[in-house]
Order: sequence, then C-alpha cells, then structure tokens
Amino acid sequence: MSERDVMEYDVVIVGAGPAGLACAIRLRQRDDSLNVCVLEKASEVGQHAISGAIVEPQVLDELVPQWRDKPPEIFVPAAKDEFSFLTRKRSIRFMTPPQMHNKGNVILSLGGLCRRLAEFAEELGVDVFPGFPGAGVLYDDNNTVIGIRCGDMGVEHDGTHGPNYTPGVDIHARHTILAEGCRGNLSKELIARYRLDEGKSPQTYGIGFKELWRLPEGRVSPGLIRHTIGWPLDRRTYGGSFQYHLDEDRVYVGFISGLDYADPHFSPFEAFQQYKHHPSVHSLLEGGEILSAGTRSIVEGGIQALPRMEMPGAMLIGDAGGTLNVPKIKGVHMALGSGVIAADHLADNGTTAGFDAAFRDSARGRELRKVRNIRPGFKAGLWPGLANAALETVTFGRLPWTLDNHADWSSLNTTANAKQPDRNWVERDLPPRDRLASVYYSTIAHDENQPVHLKVRDTSICATRCAQEYDNPCTRFCPASVYEMVDDGAGGKKLQINAANCLHCKVCDIKDPYEIIDWVPPEGGSGPNYQNL
Amino acid sequence: MKILVCIKRVIDYNVRVQINREGDGVVTDGVKMSVNPFDEIAVEEALRIRERGEAEEIVVASIGTSASQQQLRTALAMGADRAILVETDESLQPLASARVLHKLVEKEQPGLVLAGKQAIDDDSNQTGQMLSALWGRPQATFASKVALDGGKATVTREVDAGLETIEVDLPAVVTTDLRLNEPRFVKMPDIMKAKRKPLETIALADLDVEMPPALEVGAHMPPPQRQAGIMIESVDELVNALKEKGVL
Repeated sequence: MSERDVMEYDVVIVGAGPAGLACAIRLRQRDDSLNVCVLEKASEVGQHAISGAIVEPQVLDELVPQWRDKPPEIFVPAAKDEFSFLTRKRSIRFMTPPQMHNKGNVILSLGGLCRRLAEFAEELGVDVFPGFPGAGVLYDDNNTVIGIRCGDMGVEHDGTHGPNYTPGVDIHARHTILAEGCRGNLSKELIARYRLDEGKSPQTYGIGFKELWRLPEGRVSPGLIRHTIGWPLDRRTYGGSFQYHLDEDRVYVGFISGLDYADPHFSPFEAFQQYKHHPSVHSLLEGGEILSAGTRSIVEGGIQALPRMEMPGAMLIGDAGGTLNVPKIKGVHMALGSGVIAADHLADNGTTAGFDAAFRDSARGRELRKVRNIRPGFKAGLWPGLANAALETVTFGRLPWTLDNHADWSSLNTTANAKQPDRNWVERDLPPRDRLASVYYSTIAHDENQPVHLKVRDTSICATRCAQEYDNPCTRFCPASVYEMVDDGAGGKKLQINAANCLHCKVCDIKDPYEIIDWVPPEGGSGPNYQNL
Repeated sequence: MKILVCIKRVIDYNVRVQINREGDGVVTDGVKMSVNPFDEIAVEEALRIRERGEAEEIVVASIGTSASQQQLRTALAMGADRAILVETDESLQPLASARVLHKLVEKEQPGLVLAGKQAIDDDSNQTGQMLSALWGRPQATFASKVALDGGKATVTREVDAGLETIEVDLPAVVTTDLRLNEPRFVKMPDIMKAKRKPLETIALADLDVEMPPALEVGAHMPPPQRQAGIMIESVDELVNALKEKGVL
C-alpha cells in the first residue's frame, strides 16, 4: 500500500490557475496526441484562486471563444473608472491613468473562471487533479527536470505515517511546467537551483486583501470601478485600494500594500481595514455583510525581475515567473497569455529551450517592458513615483534606463531606526473584528494532525535577535495570525505557529527579514476555500 | 455478496453556508460540493468488507443532478465497482429518496445496503430507516462497528447512553456513524481507473415513483449573531454581571 506509484505524461503542469489551464488547453488544441495533466493543491479547482479581478478578455476570446456562453458565476462588464487620492477625511478625484482604463474589460471571480477553464481543459482530454500539491521536483543525472513528486497524504504531526498514509505519486514527464502563481515553492527551488534570477533585479511583491460584500439594496452601480491611492498608507509605502461594483447588490473591496514597506510595526491587514473606514467607503459598506474574504501575495517586480523562464526540461509561466503588469494591476491576461505562448513554443519546437526569448519577444513581453520603470519609481515616495509614472507613460517606456527593485526581506528598518509615521488611524466598527474573524470568511480546511507546513529554519532567534531588532514582524505581516509569540512557561517568549490558519499567501516566505521561513504545501486539499473571489 | 452504498452530493462541511438573497434557499454558486461525510464512511466500510473477502461487488448509487456524477466518480476512485445515478433536478424529501432507493434495491438485490446515518445538508436521519421499512428488512443505525458472519451482521450502535450491540439478519440496511472508520485518501492512478468504470444513469421519471411532498419548508434563517463579549476584571464584577443578566 505504501509503494510510490509512477505515472507517465508528456507534459505535467503544476497549478490549475489561469496560466496552467490556458497552457493545458492550448497544448491539446495544438496536438491532441499529447498526454497532459494539471496538478492543483486546492481541494477543487479555483478554491485557492483570488484576484481583483478585472480581466482583459482578448486572450480568452481567442483561446476559448465559447467562454462567454457559460460565464463564471461573477461576470460584470466594466462600466466606469474612477481614480482618487484619499486623505484621512477627503477623497480627491484624479485623472484616471491611461493604463487603468477598463473599457471592454470584465470584472469576474478568478476562482469561477478557473473552474470553467478546467471544464474546457477536461473536455479536450486534459487530466486535472485537484487535491494534489507538487511537493518536489524530480531530476535525472544530467540535471534535467523529469517530473514532479506529489505530496504525501496521511502523515502525522510528528512526521510518522498514520494509518491512512498514502505516498504521493511521481509524475514523469517530458516537459514540466510550473504555473504555481506568485512565490511557488517549487518555482523557488528551481530559480535557486538553476540560478534563473542571475543578472536580474531582485523580485518584489505586494500583499493583496479582498472581501466580497453584499450591501443593502440600491447602493451599487454594477460595473463601477474605483481605485484609490494615499490614506491609510504613508507616502513611503506603495499601494492602494480597489472597489469593483457587481450585480445583485454585491461589491468587491480590496487593498494592496507593497511588501517593500520599511516600518516593522506596519500591519497590511490593519491598513485594509482602515481603508474600509474612510468616510467614502464606510458609508457604502455600513449595514452590509461579508460573504467571503481572502489574501494573496502579488508579484510586482516586472520584466527586470522576471527570472529566466526556461531550464532543462521545465519552464516557468504566469506569476510563478512574475508576468503581472503592475501599472495596469492586471495579471490574469498575462498569465493566460504566457501559458499560450509556452504551449505554442512546445508544440513548435518540442523543447523548453528558447521559451524565455520567445516570451520576452512576444506582445506580452513587450507590454511588460514598456511599463518596467513605473513600479520601482515609487521607491522614492508617492509624489515622485506619480511624476515618474507620468513621464514613463508619455514616453511609452522608451527612456534608456531600467530602474532596479529592492528585495522585500531587506527593506525593513530595525525598531531602533524606525520612524513610526503618524498613521492617523481610526476606531473600527465594520467586520471583521480582527484577523481570526477574517480567516473565518475564507473557510479554511486543514487537518491539524499533520506536520507544520511553515518551516522556520531557526526559531532560536525569534525571542532574541528578531524580537530586539524588528519586534517580530511576522506577528503583523501575516494576514491570518499564523505567527504568535507566546509565553514559553519560563518567563520568556517563544514562537507558536498556528498552521491551520494559513491562507497560502506566502507573505512570510517573502517578508521575513532573516529569510528563514520556507512555505511548503500542506496535505493536498488543505487551505482556504475561496467562494467567488 | 453485493453491497449497495447510497451517497449524496452535499455542500462541503467546511463551507460557511449562506442564505440566498431571495431567502428561499442557500447559496450554491461557486460553493465546494462533496460526498456527504457519513456516506463516505459507508463507502469505506464497504471497501473494508470486500477487502476481508466478505463481499464481491460494491455498487454506489446517488439521486441528484448530473453534477452528482462527480461524487460517484469519487466513490469509484476509492474502489467501488460501478455506479448508478438516478438523475433529477428536483430536491427529494427522505420518503421519496427511500422509495427511489427501494426500486434500486429491488433491481440490484444486494445482500447489504450501507448509507450514512444522515446527510449534513438537511440532517433528516430518515432515509435509511424508511428504506428498511419499505424493503421489509432489518435496520441497524448509527453503526460504529460492523462485523459480518454468514447471514448475520453484528453491529455496534452509538446510542445516547453509550454503545449498543445488536445482531441483524441479512439482507439489512446499516447506517454509519462518525467513528466507524476513517475513509482512505483517493490515489491518482485510481482516479484514472474510475473514469473507465461503468456509471449508469436512470431518469427519475422512468422509475415510476410516487412522490407527494410530505414536508413543507417554512423559511430559511441564519443562526443569530453572537453578541460581543466583555472583559471582566474581578470576581465581584463577574457576579454582578451574572446578576444583571438574571443568571444568578
């Protein structure tokens, strides 16, 4: 019973998100003799997918024209764009930046879209396996990737095998495609092993929160899209809000903070909740109820941080590499597009070699190149960032320089050097009360009797060096209170990891200032079950 | 011996169930659906009985929309041999379900029928009992242990006072409780095998079952919101607070 099964495929894709599913669909469209499978760590396709999500539909229309016949559960055409700057009390309308015009785009639930894409893929003969995380990469003696090892099931808390222990299968494939999304654990391993980031700018990330609300009748205008910058963030922290009005009195509200923030006492979760209490937002939400909520890290490094997307036997696509277009705040069309380009490349050439150049030369690659300097410009602060963004926009990104990023883990000030900005934050009365109450809206499933999947390589510094230098920022950047400093029973403190709260956002893996946290997938099917996010 | 296992597609137990906007049902859009957990235990028990050599064939059956095929395929991937879906877009009440299952029992002639003690969506806890009555065969409900011996089954039942062990003649209906077993994980190669196992679909109308609705749903309501708690500094304060509430 405990032998490890081996399954053979032509192509194995890790991650049933927009990139992975688009790639699978395109592969079978190009060559229906290919055996293709897609692994997904969520219990069902779409349960871990979360995004704004305003989608440029052209790639979808080309790939699966029938998608509009049976649209995702949430599907609202964009109607009107508004862009504002917030102060504590006021909201000042700015001109909407050209990248943020959404005419022709649609607001939808990424989870819903992924479910539809999985159906299309299965109709084309792709094997989609939800509940099976990629736990390891398989290599041959020539250092070529030859497949994926799926996660074991039924391992007890102490690492021993429980009565239902089932070893994960090994999937051997001619080509392995990593479509894990932002900060995938296998992608991280491969980027390090093949030095795919050599000569690239450091990758940089953001953390995005999103809630789906149902409001009292008559408050929403379906298709209205609002973005804000400014309060509650200080001028040195990149980020802003989104508010997308849906049908049936529902609205998406969300907030994104750059993870290159400097203040060790900053809490991105609290910033989101504060935004909801701005007078212009509070009046909208008051009296409504939250239907669901979720959090995810977002890749923001742009083309200068995009690692080489190919290695022997494998490729990175979508946000596993980092194809998101930050000024547009859109990643879905880029992910879909990169999946299609990868599939076409494999179908045309039969090898992963050359994919990196193929992507960079494509329309998607050029789109990224054009906007490469906008996000890093905000390192200098909000106003210089906006001025730089305007300059880059009017020159179509043709200026002869490329700005660098800063690694997020290294951007925190120590508490001794931290100038704590006056945040001018308010008393809150809208739900959720705190992070644990918020986690409740993400309907997490997680068998507690499994090993902790957040691997902290050295917990001895938590109560000593980290407490002194940074005051344990993990207890604030984690959106789900996974990390807690508790009494150790001997008058001191120790780290407690509440792994069952984990939303799989991977912010800890990114922001921890000592780079000692590794996020690995828990038992298949664990994690949030996002509903219409 | 042939075992018939009855399973139901339900909203997954992890989902936070919400009343829909119209107030006449619950939200199912974008919601994860699963095999009713008690039914999954029934499938696992059937597999264990077969692994002990006490059964040859396991048939799983469900009543529901075509989407229920997904749950039947899960049971097939766990190891069941074939599946029957009685397809309908209607939501059946327990007596109607029992009548439909009785038709399947007449057709399949199983030596044992296994089902969950109740489905976690309506918590009726009636279908297994009604099936036993319609079929005119014994029932053993809330099973936490099942042992077969020739034409008899010895079943340990979870009752209010503790455990009760009874012996029933086979064929019989056994409904499963939580502690009977822990279902196995589905293996990837078995998912592929399950795609090729037979799944027969019967239209509900073809079974000629009379289904006058016996129950009427009055309203759907979410449970009352919990009130915010207060922090108390001392015993005196606690006593006063309890007195204010009229508890003391």
